[in-house]
Amino acid sequence: MIEKALTGSSKYWAWMAFLAVLVGIGALSYSQQFQYGLGYTGMSRDVSWGLYISQFTFMVGVAAGGVMLVLPYYIHDFKAFHRITILGEFLAIAAVCMCLMFIIADLGQPMRLMNVLLHPTPHSMLFWDMIVLNGYLFLNLLVGWTLVHAEYKSPHRPVPPPKWIKPFIYLSIPWAVSIHTVTAFLYAGLPGRDFWLTAIMAPRFLASAFAAGPSLLVVMALIIKRVTKFDAGQVAIQKLVTIITYAALMNFFFIAMEFFTAFYSNIPGHKATLEYLFWGLDGANSLVPWMRFSMFIGAIAMVMILLPKTRYNEKTLGVACGMLFISLWIDKGLGLVLGGFVPSPTEYITQYYPTAGELAITVGVWAAGFMIVTVLYKIAISVRLNVEN
Amino acid sequence: MDSQRRKFLKMAGLTAVAGMGAPAINMLLKGEVRASETEASTAPALPTKSVKRLGMVVDVNKFGANPGLAQKCVEACHSIHNVPDFRNPDGSIDKKDEVKWIWAEKYEHTFPDASQYKRNVGLEELPVMTFCNHCDDPPCVRACPTQATFKAKDSGIVMMDYHRCIGCRFCMAACPYGARSFNWRDPRPFIKKLNPDFPTRMRGVVEKCTFCAERLAVGKIPACVEATGDTKAMVFGDLNDPNSEISKILASTFTIQRKPFLGTKPSVFYII
Repeated sequence: MIEKALTGSSKYWAWMAFLAVLVGIGALSYSQQFQYGLGYTGMSRDVSWGLYISQFTFMVGVAAGGVMLVLPYYIHDFKAFHRITILGEFLAIAAVCMCLMFIIADLGQPMRLMNVLLHPTPHSMLFWDMIVLNGYLFLNLLVGWTLVHAEYKSPHRPVPPPKWIKPFIYLSIPWAVSIHTVTAFLYAGLPGRDFWLTAIMAPRFLASAFAAGPSLLVVMALIIKRVTKFDAGQVAIQKLVTIITYAALMNFFFIAMEFFTAFYSNIPGHKATLEYLFWGLDGANSLVPWMRFSMFIGAIAMVMILLPKTRYNEKTLGVACGMLFISLWIDKGLGLVLGGFVPSPTEYITQYYPTAGELAITVGVWAAGFMIVTVLYKIAISVRLNVEN
Repeated sequence: MDSQRRKFLKMAGLTAVAGMGAPAINMLLKGEVRASETEASTAPALPTKSVKRLGMVVDVNKFGANPGLAQKCVEACHSIHNVPDFRNPDGSIDKKDEVKWIWAEKYEHTFPDASQYKRNVGLEELPVMTFCNHCDDPPCVRACPTQATFKAKDSGIVMMDYHRCIGCRFCMAACPYGARSFNWRDPRPFIKKLNPDFPTRMRGVVEKCTFCAERLAVGKIPACVEATGDTKAMVFGDLNDPNSEISKILASTFTIQRKPFLGTKPSVFYII
């Protein structure tokens, strides 16, 4: 089956070569970081997590977002998702791989990674995060590969996937929820970090995940439709848009709830980070333009996916979903993690600026993720088109 | 070692009598049971998680009365423990790479939750010695995925295993006191004068104050306490022993802890 990824048009190879260059630059930068230590990045004593962990957190959401296809298709028998569900499962694989790469990039002593297994520690949320993420990777590899392989084996006489795979599919649904819940627990269980200490952290994570993951899927499905003969179908895309709409509305509602609690209660610690993110605190305002831009394009995207005229036009729909994805990426992939460190526990304000090398590593991991998803989609789509012809 | 073991078995036995059964003993052996739970079932049991609970009383006024004392404490600690000294080209502290175990902080930063409104003016100038609280319920230990930071059962000290730490810095996010430092780069070239009796660290691991566990082991007192000499600006001892000097001071003096409302149960107390 893997041979499907080894043949392709010159455009396919150009795209892969482009990604390979980015991965290569990232790998070179990582070797420098490996030699020097994490001081290679912009992180500091006060802001001790940076882009790596914030990207990790965001990508867990993208991975969990795949369940918004699996759930309607397998539980509610929503047949229109027949062609697109595999894209959700394969996207989850690439996203979890990115998560693992970001975690490794963030470790001060990556060679000791296995200590997490050698000394299992159930009271650490990071221990559980490792279990659920690797479990989710395994489930999606198993399910995705088995489903595609069933089509691959008999392209002319469609056979249903083997029965034994069903329990794994059903298991993957709560498992998707668990990965983002446990990731939220990394933050929501810490005393003294008021911005993160909120019971709606996990619900907010899930809402933004179920908007961001499917938004990316819509964009990719529309691109795939242009570059291949594979069409996910109007019904499937529009159903996804419905899901995105509800999830994104909930996400913005949750953000509003955070504002209400902080500002109506008027508790300084709860207001501080929100002030830092949206207005600046004591003159420190590096994230203000980002957060305002995030809210601005998020609002425009919401209007665009609500209005029938822009929702049913593929071009405007693609733009709207892309904007929503970027909006959610800034909100969670930058503001949520980086903001939590400002002010510090001793109430100092230290701003974080990623270094060039750190950006190169981050871009490299994203490129590696796109490579994985390209290869997996190439296989899935080639097999499917072979069945249909 | 033997008496410690006996105390431990006694505690486990008492709990079993109280009918908590095997799972409870298991929890106890893992050191995960909370003080309040033991108290509820067996009235006279240990009030804390450890046999001894070592703690400190810091008298801020005495540091004010002895200029230079704070710096002396910091230097004693940092030179003994091979703590690197990262400086900017202009000689100021490099905040990005900075490693520190104990430092003189302003009151409003060590106690950011205390009211700063119309407080006495002199407080601004006083150096407040700030270091690990060796909490009885430490969030950093809860967060660590490898038990590289752990609570010593005999002393209550929150310890660090530099060889097990994977450098994930979850403990730094978890600590509500900013007590932890990370080795963002190789610290060895930045050690002013190497103390061959204490290990240096490598890049990529977290470190912090350990109440001088290595000095306690050979019958010495913590370096910072030693540096304060006869001033009694820092008093160190066992909070579980009602007859210890520290317990007597705490029983007769008004002291405050940092962020006690977080439930971490800090073992460091301040006389302001």
